[in-house]
Amino acid sequence: MEKYPGEALSLEEMKKVTQEKWSPRVKYAWSCGEAMSRFLNELKKGKLIGRKCHTCGRVIFPPKMFCEICFKPTDEWVYLPDTGTVMTYSASYLDKDANRITEPILVGVIAIDGASEDMGIMHYFGEMTADEITFGKKVQAVWKPEKERTGSVTDIKWFKPLKE
Amino acid sequence: MEHVACVGAGMTIFSRRLKETGKEMCYEAVRMALEEAELELKDIDTVVCGTAPDAFDGIHMKGENLLDGCGGSKKTYMRVFTGGGTGVLAPIAGWWHVASGLSDVCLVVCEEKMSSCFPHPQSAFAHIWDPILERPLNPNLVWIFAMEMNRYMHVHNIKKEDIALVSVKNKKNALDHPSAQLAANITVDDVLNSEVMAWPVQRLDISPPSDGAAAMIFAREDVVHSITDNPVWVEGVGWCIDSTMWTNRDLYFPQYVAKAAKMAYRMAGIHNPFKDIDVAEPYDPFDYKELHHMEGLLLCKKGEAANLTKEGVTQRDGDLPTCPSGGLLGVGNPIAATMGVKACEIYWQLAGKAGKRQVPDARTGVCQAWGDLMQYGSVMVMRS
Amino acid sequence: MVQTPQGVMNMTFLSRIERPEDFRHWFGDMEAEYVYTSGVAGDTFFNGLKKGKILATRCPHCDRVFLPPRIYCENCFSELTEWIEIPNEGVVETYTVMHVDIEENPLDPPEIRAFIAMEGTDGGLLHKLNVSPDSVEIGMPVKAIFKKEKEREGKITDILYFEP
Repeated sequence: MEKYPGEALSLEEMKKVTQEKWSPRVKYAWSCGEAMSRFLNELKKGKLIGRKCHTCGRVIFPPKMFCEICFKPTDEWVYLPDTGTVMTYSASYLDKDANRITEPILVGVIAIDGASEDMGIMHYFGEMTADEITFGKKVQAVWKPEKERTGSVTDIKWFKPLKE
Repeated sequence: MEHVACVGAGMTIFSRRLKETGKEMCYEAVRMALEEAELELKDIDTVVCGTAPDAFDGIHMKGENLLDGCGGSKKTYMRVFTGGGTGVLAPIAGWWHVASGLSDVCLVVCEEKMSSCFPHPQSAFAHIWDPILERPLNPNLVWIFAMEMNRYMHVHNIKKEDIALVSVKNKKNALDHPSAQLAANITVDDVLNSEVMAWPVQRLDISPPSDGAAAMIFAREDVVHSITDNPVWVEGVGWCIDSTMWTNRDLYFPQYVAKAAKMAYRMAGIHNPFKDIDVAEPYDPFDYKELHHMEGLLLCKKGEAANLTKEGVTQRDGDLPTCPSGGLLGVGNPIAATMGVKACEIYWQLAGKAGKRQVPDARTGVCQAWGDLMQYGSVMVMRS
Repeated sequence: MVQTPQGVMNMTFLSRIERPEDFRHWFGDMEAEYVYTSGVAGDTFFNGLKKGKILATRCPHCDRVFLPPRIYCENCFSELTEWIEIPNEGVVETYTVMHVDIEENPLDPPEIRAFIAMEGTDGGLLHKLNVSPDSVEIGMPVKAIFKKEKEREGKITDILYFEP
């Protein structure tokens, strides 16, 4: 077979060639905008909020000040319950830096009740094992105590099975 | 619109880390393409560079940095970038330049150097997440694939064993590819017993991060015949993107790939994709993605791709050879430079230059790339 | 106010901000670490610097000498295999006097960075110039002063600075 150009290096060889190391030092202050500011402030109060577009009738969650389908501003704030159904899930044995962990992180997408179809957010699952999560399972948010909430998606600790 | 053909292509080996800098990799791929087309750099009037996030190489304005290695100094030059979709969008952008009449001979170069990001390119991927909704949950990119794979398996009731057949096929096909990084003869059991990353994704379901570069040369119809008597014509192009709000749609079917495919098929006059297409290179960063994209490319009905794989239809000697190159799973995944195993592979197949990987009588082929946060599809149809 | 296609008057979200303190910012940074290897040409060049030599490559077709060296000629795209050692003689082509550092802290004394065109090449090097700001001039002949041999690492900083 012909040889294509390129010289592969092993990790050891890479450490021996001449090189420079660098780490960028960049910090950001992202403006949350009107929709996400309200979303975060409501999380601090222990509530979920969405926006409704009167033209297409969709309740958008997480909220947006514009409807991307009708391409016009959305019209109304709508409070939503903190329950939903499991749209999809995974049990991860990797943390964010790709290090292996022994106890899996249970994560997935939850379609929030009261919002339009498939309007989900990503979050953790808790108080159940990986084998107990199923598609369509009804779940409920578990909140941090009020004084620990800061206005962040982590004000919800995880979603647990809904007790009927 | 001008009729445009590909007249030459080249690529480096794909490897976890290459000694060459980004510029040097581009030079090597371009050199190979120029030699195949028997052209010199002075015959090229336009250069399109496709390269995905600056964050991998760690060099801001990466397209500008790679310029001289791409042969673009003092030429009409443009960079395009749609994450993984760049592998087919870059040749499409090359096509725009020639089809519009603006360029006679356009060189397209794609490059990625993921080894610069230490200790693992995962850290660069961290910044694709929404800083407010997603980063506070410390996500790993594998999660998003795991969730899409799980949804796809659930909706169509597909088992992991059937998906693993794709990994087995592609890694085996890659044994015949000179650039391959992870070619191997593995079994379904090897896949099912490999380390669980984020269930249902296991180690052998995933393609590796790689360094690499690839190049293609496109020319206008009246110039083509003075260059080669074996051109491969671009018959259809399409691209489409959905929003980053991936949690607001059902992930089991990539609608944006279907829209891009319809755009390309309409242009190419393809009415029955399964029958009209002889060879396909859908994007396969994960084994389930080949199936997901086969359905997105309308090559079969939703949920049917796994059955076609089981029946051997997608093998090189089957009715619809799929990823005969070995794809990303077998050869490697240098994001934008995957053009080498997608667009370049279809060119080589239709030109009869695919060596041991050659699919017999391949006249019409489709390649597809996919990128960003589960949102982008680019499709190109070629004919010889 | 905007008129929607349905004829309803709608307040855009740009209209009124009543409580500026409700608008949030989200803080974060880009964490990443990079290792830049010098490549095929670079590795030879920096190993040359380690030995106190300045190396360049030459294109026989265009008769151009590249510094910093490359394995390809930018002009005709030939592969360059001819390496030459160039004399340590340069001329200040342009310079700037830095009064603040990268974080805008004052630099006292101010430092000079210059582009030094090296004799016998079509290029040159960007580096520090060890001369007082009052006496720097474009066209000044300068040479590279290297670190002590055992302190050299195969990096551009193996040259301490240029001086007349």
